[in-house]
Amino acid sequence: MLKLENISLKIDGNPLFSKLNLEVNAGQVKTVMGPSGCGKSSLLAHLCGTLPSVFQTSGKIILHDKTLDDLPPHERKLGILFQDDLLFPHLSVGENLAFALPAKIRRHERHDKIEQALEEIELSGMHERDPASLSGGQRARVALMRTLLAQPEALLLDEPFSKLDQELRGRFRKLVFAHAVKNSLPTLLVTHDHADAQAAGGDIIAL
Amino acid sequence: MATTIRTVSLLPAFPFLTQLLFLLPIAAGLFGVLLPALGYLPDLGGDQFHFEVFRQLLEHPALLHAVWLTLFSGIAATFISLSLAILLAAMLSRASLSGNKNNKMASLFVIVRRGLIPLIAVPHAAMALGLAFLVAPSGWIVRWFSFLLMGWETPPEWVTVQDPFGLSLILGLVLKETPYLLLMILAALPQIRAQEYIRIGQSLGYGNLRSWLKLVLPQVYPLIRLPVFAVLAFSLSVVDVALILGPSTPPTLSVLILRWIDNPDLSFRFLASAGAVLLLLLTLGALLFWRVSEWLLLQKWRNWLSNGKRGNGNEAHKLAALSGLLLLGTAFLSVLGLAFWSLSLRWPYPHVLPQRWTSRNWERHWSSIQETSFTTLELGVIAVVIALILVVGCLENEQWRRVSFSFRSQWLLYLPLLIPQATFLLGIQILAVRLEMDGTFLLLVWSHLLFVLPYVFLTLADPWRNLDTRFPQIGQCLGASPLRVLFRIKLPLLLKPLLVAAAVGFAVSVSQYLPTLFAGGGRFATLTTEAVSYAAGADRRVIGVYGFLQALFPWIALLLALAIPRWRFRNRASLL
Repeated sequence: MLKLENISLKIDGNPLFSKLNLEVNAGQVKTVMGPSGCGKSSLLAHLCGTLPSVFQTSGKIILHDKTLDDLPPHERKLGILFQDDLLFPHLSVGENLAFALPAKIRRHERHDKIEQALEEIELSGMHERDPASLSGGQRARVALMRTLLAQPEALLLDEPFSKLDQELRGRFRKLVFAHAVKNSLPTLLVTHDHADAQAAGGDIIAL
Repeated sequence: MATTIRTVSLLPAFPFLTQLLFLLPIAAGLFGVLLPALGYLPDLGGDQFHFEVFRQLLEHPALLHAVWLTLFSGIAATFISLSLAILLAAMLSRASLSGNKNNKMASLFVIVRRGLIPLIAVPHAAMALGLAFLVAPSGWIVRWFSFLLMGWETPPEWVTVQDPFGLSLILGLVLKETPYLLLMILAALPQIRAQEYIRIGQSLGYGNLRSWLKLVLPQVYPLIRLPVFAVLAFSLSVVDVALILGPSTPPTLSVLILRWIDNPDLSFRFLASAGAVLLLLLTLGALLFWRVSEWLLLQKWRNWLSNGKRGNGNEAHKLAALSGLLLLGTAFLSVLGLAFWSLSLRWPYPHVLPQRWTSRNWERHWSSIQETSFTTLELGVIAVVIALILVVGCLENEQWRRVSFSFRSQWLLYLPLLIPQATFLLGIQILAVRLEMDGTFLLLVWSHLLFVLPYVFLTLADPWRNLDTRFPQIGQCLGASPLRVLFRIKLPLLLKPLLVAAAVGFAVSVSQYLPTLFAGGGRFATLTTEAVSYAAGADRRVIGVYGFLQALFPWIALLLALAIPRWRFRNRASLL
């Protein structure tokens, strides 16, 4: 369960929002909605621990009974998907996925896991491919799979559907939510798009 | 978690260390030159402070002329370089704006733009040596004239190289400083969105050149002021180019200082120190003069900005193309001349090509070539590696601690480029002798680092700061530690700017003459010191060998810096 307690965000002393309380259970999706500039992306950056220091924050972030506030970003186990796929351009598709796999998974198993993951997103045999040579939909799927392979304990979605065209969008949405449920991940979506919020199915909190 | 805190909390050490590395030798150097200038140098019997040395200096018969020559050549070289760079920048931004590839002019400008980078890599000394042959009375240009047109049997009796007015010295400096300033301007243009202003100017009916001068230049100049100051300070205090191209009786002040240092009578060190202090004062004075002139020019110019005169758009276009090509052609022929000489057995006047070719010049000097090449390489590589580590540490500190600028200001970075080398290096040498550190490899590397580091920082800072921060962020969210993010994501993504910065730093190290001479205590011979010391002799074949090699080294480094990322990312479309 991902739990936000009394989260407030200020920038240079001006409050963006205050006292946000939220609980997302495993496999559940909750949506935070609001216009651009209301601080919803900053909220996710704060959860990840990558918020610039011009912001002042208060409140508590709890994931499975563990307080995250004092942990560095790489130990928080929060998977995040952005608007852009942000595949590392210097790595191949397979290497992008391998980057996310924990190091304790050893050689053969690593290879198998990545093949399996590629298969799951219908990209078998694309291990060596340049990310730049994939279509937008394919890249989005690799980005999702990369996030999941890091074995996160919760999923944060920063408008990951907004740059895809209408048809792709619906399919990718379904895929993301299906994986969230399958891995029993508490999932927090921020968006300004009503269709995305509806499709998520869960509660909608307006900022 | 503990490891993260440790790695990140180590980061502030980098800017601290870097500043220390910078300030310590400069402060020590100034101190070390000021004391003897005031008569205090116990090792040579000076144990009292007095102004006697300065009186001696001011009464020296060569001084007045040397001062005049230094100021004239330095300011003229800077002024001409800046004017040419502005003219060329205005034309180059037009060529990229119109996008008309078929246009003959446009393709000329593409050549100029491409030719710039290798030109910057050529060390000053090599360029000066090549130029000396090109413009000498018995040089290449006269030989071609003689061959094609007039048939001079004997070389004309002009004095071109080492002319009394320092004109060839100015030309040599312009040849190197124009491309440097031009690149600085081109790099600053995107920051002020120059293209958009030119479009606005054009839509209001202003010609291209006027749009550039009235809208872009006032915005871009503050951004390149420090590089301009660096060029001015360099031109005033340059030693190697002045030794090769400058007049010798009397020479410029920096060469005069060098002669006093080389004087077997050690008491001349007092005079040299006072001269070095005077050189510093002259440089500061010239910088102040330049700044005041800027201001006065602006007062006069203000009205011109809004007087509505629009120009027809084509003025000075041909002039820019011509000067650009002349510049490139001169530089290219200079280096080519060195290569030809190094391979010639006999090349008497008035032949335009060597009569007989040979590899003997190379063979005869082979063991010395190997040795000096190795020292050059070793020194450059070590200085560059240290500089890269420090600069990457500073930039990482900036991002992790989210400090906007890790150096107190850009001025600190430019400090070693603004203070005359002859001044603080002489001071360092005097102190080093006292501390028995003179002629150590450590001191030599350190002195190179002072000049390598600013260029590495300036080359790397923008690409580093402009990298999409979400890449490292997402890396962290995928569970990668800050160190892993640095080595697996940031450094590979920035491979090209890293290597280019390394190549630039290496080129800077290769070209250092005075630091190698002073900090090395004369114990380390590099390609540059060899080339310059042979320049005094008359054997053009040996000069050709060392001059050409000196130009070749930075070229190879630059070539590698451009080729390696291309090869490494041959299958990564978005990084090519």
